[in-house]
Amino acid sequence: MYRRGARWNSRNMSVIEVSGLRKSYGGRAVVDGVSFTVEEGEIFGILGPNGAGKTTTVECVQGLRVPDAGRVRVAGLDPFTDHEATSRVLGAQLQQSELQAKLTVREALELYAAFYPDPADWRPLAERLGLTDRLGTGFGKLSGGQKQRLFIALALIGNPRVVVLDELTTGLDPRARRDTWELIEDIRAQGVTVLLVSHSMEEAQRLCDRIAVIDQGRVAALDTPAGLIRRSTGSTVISFTPSAPLDEGDLAALPALASVAHKDGRITLSGTDETVNAVLTLLARHRITAHQLRVTDATLDDAFLDLTEAAV
Amino acid sequence: MNTAVLRSEFRLFRREPGAVFWVFLFPTLLLVILGSIPSFRHADESLGGLRPVDAYVPIAVLIALIMSGVQTLPQALTGYRERGILRRMRLTPVRPSALLSAQMAVQGTVALGSALLALAVGRLAFDVRLPRQPAGYLLALLLAVAAALALGSVVSALSRTTKIASAIGSAVFFPMMFCAGVWIPVRAMPHALARVVQLTPFGAAARALDQAAAGHWLGWGHLGVLAAWAVLLTVGAARWFRWE
Repeated sequence: MYRRGARWNSRNMSVIEVSGLRKSYGGRAVVDGVSFTVEEGEIFGILGPNGAGKTTTVECVQGLRVPDAGRVRVAGLDPFTDHEATSRVLGAQLQQSELQAKLTVREALELYAAFYPDPADWRPLAERLGLTDRLGTGFGKLSGGQKQRLFIALALIGNPRVVVLDELTTGLDPRARRDTWELIEDIRAQGVTVLLVSHSMEEAQRLCDRIAVIDQGRVAALDTPAGLIRRSTGSTVISFTPSAPLDEGDLAALPALASVAHKDGRITLSGTDETVNAVLTLLARHRITAHQLRVTDATLDDAFLDLTEAAV
Repeated sequence: MNTAVLRSEFRLFRREPGAVFWVFLFPTLLLVILGSIPSFRHADESLGGLRPVDAYVPIAVLIALIMSGVQTLPQALTGYRERGILRRMRLTPVRPSALLSAQMAVQGTVALGSALLALAVGRLAFDVRLPRQPAGYLLALLLAVAAALALGSVVSALSRTTKIASAIGSAVFFPMMFCAGVWIPVRAMPHALARVVQLTPFGAAARALDQAAAGHWLGWGHLGVLAAWAVLLTVGAARWFRWE
């Protein structure tokens, strides 16, 4: 194991390597050939609709499940057979878990710190997570946001090289979400690699360096947020209310057009920058004024819907 | 066994007033109430010349074990699984089994402490003789604790939720209390009934404690039954327990 770890170090800087991962439950393939690598210091997002296989993939990375096939390595270690060594380099917050209701924040931090050979000092950690005035409060009496922050603290308390954060901001108010996002950027700034599981596009777009979109157990796309938006078919959206009717044939002939929609006299087109220029030329040629003209970039949301629909 | 987990579990146990009362105080309280009834302090033919209060000390000891085994332990273990506490623990270098074994150690220790309290109060308040065969008494007691904890683990293994655990726990509780002799001491039961009851874990434990208290070295029969239950239940718990 040690030699394999050494070889891994000299070869590249991937902290997580997943290749050809498969996992079925009752004959149904939940994860069906997923591969990706996460580089040191990156915030890597795993995005996908509910039931796409995100959580199962991450559970294999955490060593909570044995893959049916494929290879998973965390810092060169097999997370299932080398569970103890892996748990020293990988911290995690789970989507659904609790602590004993009467365990206080301070006790939880002290207890979990005692599990690791070289733990972080829990005091500054509690301070950074805004838990200092809750140290004497039992877990059962914390608010949802406070519980979430405590679990982030517990994920970081072992001084991990990589943390896995699963649906971190689900159920938090907008303010708490923004605070949490800042915190994740802060964690990365300290040199910790972050694997972020999410179904929030806004979150992924804001935080992630690269994103794997998982749909029906497969990687539908793997790129930077900007790259994903660019490669989706309708990356630019043009909408306007024409002063006179436009010919359908002219519209359909526009270059790089992805879709046309009419609603209450308003036309919405999606395409690329090329489409925008062609529309403007078309309007000028027919001396039609475009009222309330809006040109917007598609969001990751659009790209996501595009990618996951294409796979159906 | 992880000492940080053990300390934490012990602290948490003390924060549960219900568990502290039923496991640690209730058995002795029952002994005090029964011992305050004058007729319980007169020698009784059916108890072989013992006073009922003498016979109730080992019963109080067994009540402590039953309380922790089938009431508080399965609740704790099932709750840890149901609420994802074991799951969170699996992500640390410490195995979740550390949490289970710590919980068992705490429950077992408190039940033993409760047993000692019952013996001490029996001796001081009602002049009940301490066991004349202390080594045998301790051996029977430890085997009974092992059987009680294993029984609690089986209940937890068979219960997906704490609600089910409490339903199964209650269903098991009353027969176990009966077998321990709470309503009629085992030695005063009709012969045929006593023969059956002595084959149950707490019936066997009751007879073994009686014998050691009276100063006889233990019959292998009762100890054997008790040990067989402890092994059987432990194997069952290990086989059926699910971490998630």
